[in-house]
Amino acid sequence: MADFFANWLPNWLALTLAALVHVTLILTLALTAAAAFTWAERKVAGRIQDRLGPTRVGGRFGWLQAVADGLKLVSKEDVVPKNADPLLFRAAPYVSFCASFCVYLAMPFANGWVAQPLDIAVFFILAVAGLEVLGVILGGYASGSKWSLFGAMREAAQVVSYEVPLALCAVIPVMVAGTMDLVAIGNMQSGWAWNWLIFHDPFLFATFFVYFTCAVASVNRAPFDLAEAESELVAGFLTEYSGFRWSVFFMAEYASMFAVSMLASILFLGGWNGPLPITVWLGLAPNPATGDAPHALLAYLGNFLGMVNLLTKATLGVLVMMWARWTLPRLRIDQVMTMCLKYCIPLAAAMFVGAMVYAYAFPAGLIFRVGGGG
Amino acid sequence: MAVEGVDPELAEFDVRTDEILVNMGPQHPSTHGVLRVVLRTDGEIVLDATPHIGYLHRCAEKIGENVSARQWIPYTDRMDYLAGMNMNLGWALCVEKLLKLEAPEKARHLRVIIVELNRIASHLVAAGTYGLDLGSFTPFMYAFREREKIYDLFELVCGARLTYSYITIGGAMADFPAGWLQRCERFLTEFEPVIDELHAVLTDNAIFIRRTAGIGVLPPEVAIDYGCTGPVLRGSGVDWDLRRDGDPWYTRMYDGYEFHVIAQTGGRYPIERPGHPVPAAAVLGDCWHRYYVRMLECVESMRLIRQGIEKYSRAPGGIGEPIKLTQKLPKGEVYLETEAPKGQMGFMIVSDGAAIPWRARARSSSFCNLSVLSELCRGCLIADVPAVLGSLDIVLGEIDR
Repeated sequence: MADFFANWLPNWLALTLAALVHVTLILTLALTAAAAFTWAERKVAGRIQDRLGPTRVGGRFGWLQAVADGLKLVSKEDVVPKNADPLLFRAAPYVSFCASFCVYLAMPFANGWVAQPLDIAVFFILAVAGLEVLGVILGGYASGSKWSLFGAMREAAQVVSYEVPLALCAVIPVMVAGTMDLVAIGNMQSGWAWNWLIFHDPFLFATFFVYFTCAVASVNRAPFDLAEAESELVAGFLTEYSGFRWSVFFMAEYASMFAVSMLASILFLGGWNGPLPITVWLGLAPNPATGDAPHALLAYLGNFLGMVNLLTKATLGVLVMMWARWTLPRLRIDQVMTMCLKYCIPLAAAMFVGAMVYAYAFPAGLIFRVGGGG
Repeated sequence: MAVEGVDPELAEFDVRTDEILVNMGPQHPSTHGVLRVVLRTDGEIVLDATPHIGYLHRCAEKIGENVSARQWIPYTDRMDYLAGMNMNLGWALCVEKLLKLEAPEKARHLRVIIVELNRIASHLVAAGTYGLDLGSFTPFMYAFREREKIYDLFELVCGARLTYSYITIGGAMADFPAGWLQRCERFLTEFEPVIDELHAVLTDNAIFIRRTAGIGVLPPEVAIDYGCTGPVLRGSGVDWDLRRDGDPWYTRMYDGYEFHVIAQTGGRYPIERPGHPVPAAAVLGDCWHRYYVRMLECVESMRLIRQGIEKYSRAPGGIGEPIKLTQKLPKGEVYLETEAPKGQMGFMIVSDGAAIPWRARARSSSFCNLSVLSELCRGCLIADVPAVLGSLDIVLGEIDR
């Protein structure tokens, strides 16, 4: 996009303008998604609990409830506890927010539709996502309350520990694909569903589920949500946060959920490529068999459909996380750590070795081939 | 104690960084009321848990010395407010024993139905809020949905949902309205599959078992020493239930009724669930067993209600008349304990011949059950404290009165 602007503007201005456009698009998408997820959470929670959820604000389905909640939170009194560290308390939510949203800079939404094309995209995403815990620790410490400190320490231990199996699981499809560039990984899975990396070998199949569990743990969702454990620590590190600051933390959490879900979709579930190669059939994407490339505008439409596909998969992942939250009780911190150190890490390592041996023994794939085409 | 001549900011000899005093409550989502628990912890491990009570003290017993016996019934409602009918029954039976007044046959069966319905309601709250304490939000909703149906039944009978003042000295305030028994039967039929749902979401759930099995193990001797009663005692394997083993004035109410006392004897529970054995990790006397006893007691209560409905339909006569508000009580003293959902609830009345008792005393089951908290919480993690507290199923209204 910077090149497009560079036709009329000096280079530095073109780059700045392109960056602003990208950031605006990302923020719009991620914040809208986060707001939609707050509504979805309440509806899903209601239905699982044999009740309706919001039904009054915005018609029968209460879809404006998210807006109403947002307005309420923004209009709340700005409370800062007396014992709180003045600067850190105010800064902590924004640290989390920035870390959460910066992940989207390297996340492709369709073929070539990425804010900053990086050939170390997976590495960048994992690294930046790990910074979110800094905001949590700052928030917990700066609140000046023992309960908040407890929550922050628990969360720090949990998130940092789960980064290890998460990264291990993310590295396995990277190894099989041979690149960290998410756009390339996505393109590799074009065509029918059996091209998806999850079906490449049984180890990758198992890895998806281990990855998903570690992802749920690293974004602090139930059953791993002790940091917000309402029944033990009131709200953990969030206890002293109310109003707008609380909503910033929560936007960060929902954005993280969406981001790890999107990463799972790209790495394992084909990304913007559907179970069926519809865009090829409709002539909106280059046909790998004949090599025909569609008109630029049609290609744009094809990419747009791909983005919708990817967002649907990511949303499904988030819905599964919500489903798990409202069904399962919460694990204790030592049980969470046991699970990470004694179960997730050895499993991920075993999957890594297995996938490595499989790729060595069957370089062209046993049944399914990694690569484009049907 | 600072060393002489050294700036205390430089050398803090009396700062102990290894132990923290953490205060849970009185405002806390999972302390089941206004309870304050002061935890002395070493990191996550609890060294000592001291409950502080009294935040809900409303001088009920003092008021008992100023109102007549029948006028005190609403105050008993508000003790264990989740099982108001049981509280009413305890006081009514106590005063009836003093007056040597027997409630008629039909009233006896009516009382069994009502009291066992309230036992189900109380155990539903226990199970639902226990899940909530551990992070499981959904069984709470399911349990409360069923509880709503019980409250609708109670509203039809006496007009109130939580504080009934229905069972009174001499019988009950009013008879069942027309169609109530059919409605009750319908509730029981709808309730049976919900118990299985709750088992699926809580009892058999692997995470729930990990959070409750082996936690807060209460040996039977310690339970008896601390005066624990009810599911807390039976969860430790002690086969004791006042409905079978108590004062004849009370067990007479259950004459002719068949029911099991839910306690693990000989390694087995009287009710078996085929395909769902007791988990291997569960130790007798732990939180899981206390919770399981309550779930099985719901099944037994359903059985008792069905028998009660049948016996009530066949019983002749009326349900009796309440005594006069200003009825003079004979001189004497009576102490009677009944099996309330949370344990043995005792009421004592000392009368000097006037209509107003000289002393009205309530012995609360939750009070003694709570006292065992410091024993159970020694050496557990902070996250286990709500698990233990929830399994004791206390209600502060009863403890503080």
